[in-house]
Amino acid sequence: MSEREPVTMMDAATRLDYEFTAGVAMSKNLHGYEQGKFIGQRCPKCKKVYVPSRGSCPTDGLPTDEIVELPNTGTVTTYCVVNVPFAGQSIEIPYICGQILLDGANLSFMGLLQEIPIDEVRMGLRVEAVWVPPEELGPTLASVKYFRPNGEPDADYETYKEYL
Amino acid sequence: MADEVIYRSDHVLEYPFVRSVGPVIGAFLTGLRDGRVVGTRGSGGRVIVPPTEYDPETGEETSGVVEVGPEGTVTSWSWVPRPRPKHPLQTPFAWVLVRFDGADTSFLHVLPAAGPDEVSTGMRVRPEFAPEDERVGHVKDISHFVATGGAS
Amino acid sequence: MSQYPALTSGRRPVGVVSFAQYDNVRREDARNEVEMLMPVVTEVFGNIGITKDDVGFICSGSTDYLIGGPFSFVAALDAVGVWPPRAESHVEMDGAWALYEAWVLLQEGEIDAALVYCFGRSSMGDLSEIMAVQLDPYYLAPLWPDPTSLAALQAQALIDAGKATEADFAAVASRSRRSALDNPKAQVAYDRSAEELLAEDYEVAPLRRHALPPLTDGCAAVVLAAGDKAYEWCERPAFITGIDHRIETHSVGARDLTVSPSTRTAGEKAGVGTKKVDVAELHAPYAHQELILAEALGLGDGVSVNPSGGALAANPMMSAGLIRIGESARRIWSGQADRAVAHATSGPCLQQNLVCVLEGV
Ligand SMILES: [Zn+2]
Repeated sequence: MSEREPVTMMDAATRLDYEFTAGVAMSKNLHGYEQGKFIGQRCPKCKKVYVPSRGSCPTDGLPTDEIVELPNTGTVTTYCVVNVPFAGQSIEIPYICGQILLDGANLSFMGLLQEIPIDEVRMGLRVEAVWVPPEELGPTLASVKYFRPNGEPDADYETYKEYL
Repeated sequence: MADEVIYRSDHVLEYPFVRSVGPVIGAFLTGLRDGRVVGTRGSGGRVIVPPTEYDPETGEETSGVVEVGPEGTVTSWSWVPRPRPKHPLQTPFAWVLVRFDGADTSFLHVLPAAGPDEVSTGMRVRPEFAPEDERVGHVKDISHFVATGGAS
Repeated sequence: MSQYPALTSGRRPVGVVSFAQYDNVRREDARNEVEMLMPVVTEVFGNIGITKDDVGFICSGSTDYLIGGPFSFVAALDAVGVWPPRAESHVEMDGAWALYEAWVLLQEGEIDAALVYCFGRSSMGDLSEIMAVQLDPYYLAPLWPDPTSLAALQAQALIDAGKATEADFAAVASRSRRSALDNPKAQVAYDRSAEELLAEDYEVAPLRRHALPPLTDGCAAVVLAAGDKAYEWCERPAFITGIDHRIETHSVGARDLTVSPSTRTAGEKAGVGTKKVDVAELHAPYAHQELILAEALGLGDGVSVNPSGGALAANPMMSAGLIRIGESARRIWSGQADRAVAHATSGPCLQQNLVCVLEGV
């Protein structure tokens, strides 16, 4: 018998390296960020505009081939205030995460909300994107620095209730 | 389209797992750390090395710790002329299935070999352990196998 | 009254009525998985003039490890469009096992048709490393044995047992790649003699380059239909008269690698030997494995083995097994064959095997 303690645990750390490909549709969307634009795609059947699109309409299973450039403005459909620190956090807490529905889009995405006091943020708030300086634009959603109120009156609940 | 760009990025998946080994695999790994090879007894008394909690053929529970080897016989092999980055050896080597003396199943490990002529089925081998202070209870506590010069 | 063949497995005749596959390529550089699957799903429905509304169940096979994206199989459903909500399932297996699950559900009689699809891209990661992660995490995975190294242990065991020679492996590769010349979806096809192939260097001895499958990005889909629905959509459906799958221990050192008892049992349960076999599409990624499988299934000299070129012509992970079923079905639809055996494998050294017997009336 060994005088040392029996082995009970084993290091099984594993690492796998990949080269991830964004695909045709996602690449169009990413290319848009590089140019300071939101690029979405429209379903030929239900006419919904996805931003970003993964290449197909998840409802109809059809290719979303039509490219649609979307404006810089949208509506906060819902939001949360982040008060909890976590690993890799790059923004000082507390901050606001909003679900942004761009005008003309049928899919919302998450964006940072700034230039508004935390107790004034609300559903239906009209916002616009603030982009990083042109020389910092890249194929990433990080090219959008944040969203801020654009001064328009709040959107009517009916206009975004389907996207909650 | 002229402005068709496809974006790619490096992507790494890491699994920083530490596994609990249990008493059966634990006995084997403890044995390696201590410079010994042990198996367990399965259905009909056959000795299973490396040991599992169950007989791989019948599924019946195994029992006991049986010391085997350390010498054994190669039951099959394959020879790697160009090792891959994660292979245990970085110069040409053979994978060997080794049946330790006293065992009824085979154990996979490596044996340095400059060419396929240096390894054969039936060849007698023994494990070369890593230095004692480097052994931690891991299959790589055996650094590699070497030929003993005999044949079965 | 429609005619149906006698069934060895199940009670309800279920036929393969449509099949489509992607162009098997070394590397699909532009499209993502959804973009690869969409045209294949469109084609598999379009072949028989139906839509997703005509199938009552969707089952897919894939593994997220290939692209390193957890739950990527869920995102892949975007290729079908699952609204209104669909009955759906997924197996972390080759699509042949997804077909098995769909076949079982069709036996229950509540639905009459199912879509089965699968996808796999080997090009985004290092397949040899990814496949090592499926192995025993204590004894095998830490050594990173790649699939070719393990298959070569099996090939050497065949040689040592006097059951085959390196020339036999080359003969399988030569014949398969020559057959692949007639397969527009083949990735590797050539007309080279076994003698010429034997001059190649070892990848992992005793396997030379010709005995290895290509690395392939691809995907495939099949439509299954039961009873009269099968005849409604297909003039001569390829009915599944027998299907079974069996598995052996994952521990390669505890198996006799020169035989495949799981294939033998699955073949017996599926009734392979009860009647003459015209065509066999065997999922043998490594040339020598075809010899083991043919023996386990008791295939005689009159059987045309892998007329598509098999997995040596194209080996899209998670799809190459379902493609064997599709290639078999095609030959029954066209009348080239009356009875075909399709096989799929998974795990190191033919650990797990599925056998599917297809018959036309
Ligand atoms: Zn749509």
